Amino acid sequence: MELLMNVVDWSRAQFALTACYHWLFVPLTLGLGVIIAIMETIYYRTRDVKWLATTKFWMTLFGVNFAIGVATGIILEFEFGTNWSNYSWFVGDIFGAPLAIEGILAFFMESTFIAVMFFGWNKVSPRFHLASTWLTAIGASLSALWILVANAWMQYPTGCTFNPDTMRNEMTSFLSVALSPMAINKFFHTVLSAWVLGGAFVVGVCGWMMLRKRNIRHCYRSLKVGAWIGLIGILLTMVTGHSSAVAVAKHQPMKLAAMEGLYRGRAAQPIVVAGLLNPAKTAENTERTFITEMDLPYGLSLLATNNPHAFVPGINDIIDGFSLDENGDTLNTISYAERMARGRDVQKALASYHTATSSGADKATIDSLRQVINTDFRYLGYGYLEKPTEAVPNVPLTFYTFHLMVLLGGYILAFMLIALLLAYKRQILDKARWGRWWHRLAVLTVPLTYLCGMCGWIVAEVGRQPWTIQDLMPNKVAISDITAGYVQTTFWIFAVVFTALLIADISIICRQISKKSQSDLDSASL
Amino acid sequence: MDYNILQNYWWLIMSLLGALLVFLLFVQGGQSMLISVPDRDKRSLLINSLGRKWEFTFTTLVTFGGAFFASFPLFYSTSFGGAYWLWMLILFSFVIQAVSYEYRSKHGNVYGSRFYDCLLFVNGIVGPLLLGVAVAGMFFGAEFTVQKDNILNHGAGISQWGPLHGLEAIICWKNLVFGLMVLMLARTLASLYFINNIDDDYIQPLQHRHLLINGAAFVALFLASAALILTASGIEAKPGQPAQWVELKYLHNFLQMWWCLCALLVGTLLVLYGIIRSLLAPAFRRGIWFAGAGTILVVMALFWVLGFNDTAYYPSLLDAQSSLTIRNSSSSHFTLTAMSVASLMVPFVVAYIFYAWRAMDRKSLTATELSALDEDDKY
Repeated sequence: MELLMNVVDWSRAQFALTACYHWLFVPLTLGLGVIIAIMETIYYRTRDVKWLATTKFWMTLFGVNFAIGVATGIILEFEFGTNWSNYSWFVGDIFGAPLAIEGILAFFMESTFIAVMFFGWNKVSPRFHLASTWLTAIGASLSALWILVANAWMQYPTGCTFNPDTMRNEMTSFLSVALSPMAINKFFHTVLSAWVLGGAFVVGVCGWMMLRKRNIRHCYRSLKVGAWIGLIGILLTMVTGHSSAVAVAKHQPMKLAAMEGLYRGRAAQPIVVAGLLNPAKTAENTERTFITEMDLPYGLSLLATNNPHAFVPGINDIIDGFSLDENGDTLNTISYAERMARGRDVQKALASYHTATSSGADKATIDSLRQVINTDFRYLGYGYLEKPTEAVPNVPLTFYTFHLMVLLGGYILAFMLIALLLAYKRQILDKARWGRWWHRLAVLTVPLTYLCGMCGWIVAEVGRQPWTIQDLMPNKVAISDITAGYVQTTFWIFAVVFTALLIADISIICRQISKKSQSDLDSASL
Repeated sequence: MDYNILQNYWWLIMSLLGALLVFLLFVQGGQSMLISVPDRDKRSLLINSLGRKWEFTFTTLVTFGGAFFASFPLFYSTSFGGAYWLWMLILFSFVIQAVSYEYRSKHGNVYGSRFYDCLLFVNGIVGPLLLGVAVAGMFFGAEFTVQKDNILNHGAGISQWGPLHGLEAIICWKNLVFGLMVLMLARTLASLYFINNIDDDYIQPLQHRHLLINGAAFVALFLASAALILTASGIEAKPGQPAQWVELKYLHNFLQMWWCLCALLVGTLLVLYGIIRSLLAPAFRRGIWFAGAGTILVVMALFWVLGFNDTAYYPSLLDAQSSLTIRNSSSSHFTLTAMSVASLMVPFVVAYIFYAWRAMDRKSLTATELSALDEDDKY
């Protein structure tokens, strides 16, 4: 058992490592792609070479970032097979389709038109080149769409049914999978947060150049586009963040409870604005949850349900199967202990079903077993748990990353508002004594925006533990039949290779910014 | 549409994607030859020529993986999780390739351009060789068993492999012969591609010399691989009957499916025509198109004899009943139907790739064009 846990832990660690590295580069591709496309559109419409120079400046940085994004991405797709092979069969019928469509419809678009974007200035017409730049940006977003549809399905499995003969889930509605509320929210929340990063990156790089008084006119041109995209991005990220919270409250209440460190809920539940969790608190004891906290009345009820008086269940409420409806009446939900029992019944029925079908048992026996399987299949995953609290995610990690994300999101909103104002009111920045501090803050905002996005992913993925597929398959059942030592070895290889590449990536980007910022960015030739 | 037809259709799509991938491995073949060009400017010409195509190979590999996952998830689950080291080595080699083009000539790349050239070389050798080994495993089998209800046995894998997890496939001599054949094919196609894509007095004769050596090695290895496949046993899995080993199964398949044999023969002739005419007539620069089309036909024919005619495309050496066929490993009827609708977009995708490629390659790459580029726009 200890060995088994090690395989699960190392497989999770490897996936987390490779996903985190990938997500360092993808949002900049998504955000900067749109910004570059807008800049080139301005050039196309005005034929002002200053905009051509500005477009090419950001395009160089886009290219460096794009390559490492591609490199780190290939691993993720194949890891589903190499490290999570049980999962690959159990849900491959549903999960594989978005990945394949991503390849056919999005990757080829990106890879075809990015070559035109970089090398086609003198080979294709300006209109074709502009279309290629937009198609590269659109292709990147389409790619994100399909991978996020796949991710959302793991959090909210829908549009499928279990087939006991093939021992897997099979798709019954493609539209339910592709257009589930979880998928829509996740796509917009994620892609718009990438716009924020793209905007913050442009503002930050311009801040560094303005500190050194290099190409100021280019910086103001860039700021106008970057700050607009950043501001629109953060506003819409917040809107979709709220709708994501509503969807999480409905479909993953345990995650929401962990995000808030909420063990016992109530009606008109306040939201914790800031707090320090008591490290001794678990779902199995009655310790105080917070050492200190600051609440906002009605906040969580409003966030989760759009109703300030609604009941929001806590971790122990969910485990006990307790909730209240809008009228305050007790809802008869299923406790985790009961779910575990039903899950085990389904597993036994499945085993009996296979014995019955292979031994040619009578139809009535097979039908009765099918009935058990169909009735309680939704609890299958709970049958693998050893105790109800095993289904509680890491509360401190989920809580702190959620609150840090929200805090940083608020800061970024304020920052982008001011950045946009200063982009248009140049005289303010020119005369202000705090101008240099503002530029330094702009540079600092770039890593803070990365941190904000990474916190969001940690909330989304740690908050749904221990499930690979919500309620159906825990991590320990999803893994491949390989040893911990093998995964440990590849984990360290990935860690070393990706870190080495990250160092090179940062070094090249910094050098490019430094070098190109010293050239004349008010003129350019095709 | 009938489930069997959909399964066949998706095997056809996989064979097409696999064939395109093998053709596009000319990028890797070219990378494996960079070391033979000592002159930095000439090497830069080769790299910049390949650098505008590497994404196609990479994307086709990713799409091939995604499409296999979607259409035949049991193969994805069994082969990737089982032959762990084989696939990990392939993936590592492609990871290091993806950054090398972009980083090698950039200021501040930390490790120097020779380091990235070495990474390109490693990918150029390891990529085609091990992809060939992986495909050879589909002909010659692997040591695994599949038990789908293992999912009820906490922590047990649906597919079970031996302790070497793919290393045994790499050291199997039959697989290696096939892998080397793919590597030499990639190098041959690379020479033909350079002849077509680069207008340079030094590169042209050099690549003709490479074409002669690589082409000869490829033909020898192709004959050896064909002999191994045609004399190999395969698993036959007829509906309603237990799977069983059949001697000379792939030879029988070629004879029973005449159209596969025709595709193989026509493809082989096209490859040979592309090579021989390029060697005999140095002014002839379109050999890549003939050899490329031939490669696609040959690879598709090989996939067809692997999967069609009630053949197990992934034979288990331990338990014939565990072998994977296009019937027992595919996605459901609904998913294959939905995916088939999406596949209607493929001609559109192929059309815009062709259009963009043609627009970019209307003129061959020259040293003059390369020198006119901004330093940061070069690979």
